[in-house]
Amino acid sequence: MAKHRGRGVATINYPIGMNLGGDPSQALVHSNPSGKFTVALSSIDLGQGMKSVTRQICAETLGVPVEDVYVDTADSDTGPHCMGSFASRGTHRVGNAVMTAAREARAVMMEAAAEELEVDPGDLETDGKGSIRVKGAPHRSISVRDVAIAAQFRQGKTISGRGIFLVPLSDVDPETGEMSPATCYAHACLIAEVEVDDETGDVTVLKMTSAYEIGRAINPKLVEQQLVGGSWMGMSHALYETPEPYYPDTRDGPRDFNEYLMPGPGDICPHDILVLERPAPDGPFGAKGPGEMCANPVLPAVANAVFNAVGVRINDLPITPEKVLRALKARGGASTHGRAR
Amino acid sequence: MLEFRKDIFADERDDNLIEIGQPTQRQDILGHVTGTSPYYDDHRFANLLHLKILRSPHAHARIRSIDDSAAARAPGVKRIIRAADVPVNLNTLLSLIQFGKDDEPSLASDFVRYKGEPILGIVASSERAALEALALVRVDYDQLPAVFDVEEALKPGAPSVNATYPKNTFEYYGKYDHQKLRFGEVEAAFKEADIVVEDRYQMSPIEHAPTETNGSIAVPDTNGRLIVYTSTQALFFSLDTSAKINAIQSNQLHFIGGTVGGGFGGKVDTLTEPLVILAARLIGAPVRYRFSRHEEMQYGSPRGAERIYVKDGIMKDGRIVARKVRAYFDSGAYTRLSSYAVVKCVAHIPGPYTIPNVHADVYCVFTNRTPATAMRGFGVTALDFALECQMDKLAVAVGMDPLEFRILNSYRDGDMKAHRREAKNCALIECAQVAAEKANWPIRDEFRRMSSRQGGGPARTGGGADRTRAPAIAPAVAPPTAVPQRVAYERPAAAAAPPSPPPRSASPPPPAAPSSGSTHGAPRFSSVFGTRRR
Repeated sequence: MAKHRGRGVATINYPIGMNLGGDPSQALVHSNPSGKFTVALSSIDLGQGMKSVTRQICAETLGVPVEDVYVDTADSDTGPHCMGSFASRGTHRVGNAVMTAAREARAVMMEAAAEELEVDPGDLETDGKGSIRVKGAPHRSISVRDVAIAAQFRQGKTISGRGIFLVPLSDVDPETGEMSPATCYAHACLIAEVEVDDETGDVTVLKMTSAYEIGRAINPKLVEQQLVGGSWMGMSHALYETPEPYYPDTRDGPRDFNEYLMPGPGDICPHDILVLERPAPDGPFGAKGPGEMCANPVLPAVANAVFNAVGVRINDLPITPEKVLRALKARGGASTHGRAR
Repeated sequence: MLEFRKDIFADERDDNLIEIGQPTQRQDILGHVTGTSPYYDDHRFANLLHLKILRSPHAHARIRSIDDSAAARAPGVKRIIRAADVPVNLNTLLSLIQFGKDDEPSLASDFVRYKGEPILGIVASSERAALEALALVRVDYDQLPAVFDVEEALKPGAPSVNATYPKNTFEYYGKYDHQKLRFGEVEAAFKEADIVVEDRYQMSPIEHAPTETNGSIAVPDTNGRLIVYTSTQALFFSLDTSAKINAIQSNQLHFIGGTVGGGFGGKVDTLTEPLVILAARLIGAPVRYRFSRHEEMQYGSPRGAERIYVKDGIMKDGRIVARKVRAYFDSGAYTRLSSYAVVKCVAHIPGPYTIPNVHADVYCVFTNRTPATAMRGFGVTALDFALECQMDKLAVAVGMDPLEFRILNSYRDGDMKAHRREAKNCALIECAQVAAEKANWPIRDEFRRMSSRQGGGPARTGGGADRTRAPAIAPAVAPPTAVPQRVAYERPAAAAAPPSPPPRSASPPPPAAPSSGSTHGAPRFSSVFGTRRR
């Protein structure tokens, strides 16, 4: 009886947004007379950081500090239509809508600034710190606040913008499955290292190493939150969770967290994550969406690592100690025959 | 630990940005860490009433009679909500985008098709009073045979689960019981393959396990409208679904949500809003309907189970020449969103690899269990599990390193995918290379030099014909070295791409013109509510 170590790998990609196009989201952006901007959305922040991602996209596009933008979500009377927060669509779809709306608002803001400075709008640039200045002559500048006051009380302009993002719709061919399911894909490779106890059947994940290509990390901390949380969920799917432990038999379903198995803090393992950015041509600043895909590679990587450790293939999830022990028994014990590394 | 590899694809990026790429603190973090962010259930109302639901104890039964007379007289009970009270009782979620037929009642009246199916609701002055009244309802059932296994459900003589789809499968394009994928000639390629590997994979259902269970509160407004505080993941999806079921105009509803205690796909189904709105309208008072943890775990839709058969043909040099997939999505008793996941799954086959011959049949199957729904990675997670376990077995079968084997077969810019679109913006090879380097997983030089941006092209799939005769990758002779690739990531010109064979046929036959005009199994997911877009 012994503990055996093994490593397994998986490589995956993931489509961004709802399948087959359409999938619209709208955004409205406007300034108050102090030059502070509000983004109105009906999108949902599930904890993934929708408000923060769209806030940074709006600030970058407007050319104002992020503190001067506030994102208001999910009121059907004030927020324009959004399909919802799912399908890894938030950053890409809503981000694009916000970018479009912010561009329109920025154009008005620059026109109003040009009128105040008596120059051509094309000669102006934002400094990202709350001012608009003449290119090459930074001493000739005006604050966004003064521009907003002038637009509201003197010029009669609305510094506001509307944005919608809609992917061209596509059909599925019923005979061949020909279709245009998505416009961009995120990518990942994950290596899991496990230890398998051939006496108890317990599988412990010791370490994960991964690389995720996500187009552009709008906010690296939010990306980290998704990738770390997602790998925990993937590990939980691989080894612990199901409301039907003997599927398709429906018996012994859990009713609460005492009965529903999930890994606890002590089961979390170190995870080295590398982030690559190959911008999506149609993503906001190239961004795709890391939300869903980060759970996916963990399941097969763990299963492959179990094989590498003890030589048994578990094809049915979750990989419980019971399944490992039964497979080891059928095999006549652990083997490292499959170990290639 | 998270670190960036900015050196890779640097030539495709503008990194001169101010706010993008900053680890800016979340706008809502103070509320979250101080416990003051308002979730739907943080809104307080005087005289709030509580809706609780009577659920079927049987997986499949005919309802002979319901006697709720004692419940109606129980202390605190304000109103009993029955199937006959629901203006549009039969609905399917994706009817909002014209996909599928209405197949699921808000409240069952004649049959129950899964254990936990809602039968009636009781609105009372407290949750306790509602639960005690529920215990007084007497329902007389005729139990019926039930089916729980997806393949059993497809056999002749299996119990019919869903009255709208009596054959236990969702109907695609008005004529098929599954979604097809056809690319190249898979059977011919199996005959020419050196090795064929076949296996069966099973994903069990998964509970979303959000911290906040599903719920909503409906409050009559002063102007005839209703304000609805909700945990939904999709505000307008839930609003339009609720308007349809209640047969009211969408502008009679004012939905407020936006901060949700975890969703993961389990809060799209609009499980509580339609009935809580109905109750508030019937009574004229604020009503709350929230799932208990038990309801969330057993009767809130889970990630559905999937059974996936994969058969692959490979050559001794490691090239995959054929992949055939047959998969069954367990939708439970009703459709909800599983029909959509099937199409997404088919689009994902054969995974991020360039394979010249691909064939798939994927079924959305009805069984007598809690209806399944979306969850993180919908339509893809279980398939990735099956395909990536299969990739490992293939690597063992040809004696290759599993990572090198994946890099060899990885899709590249310009390759033709099985759904007949050109691969672009690929980065799988680069992910594999840097992960291998970080994990000290040795891969040979030529695999370290490969690139998603070089060596791809439609000829790699013979333009849809097979490439079983393609010359192998240049023989691996270079010993592993430890040259780090930290910088620039420029590679020598592609030495490694397998030279392309002359395609056997110039191009795949053009696909038949997409069907149009079918009412159900719409060929597209038009996201514009109420209109079919062409």
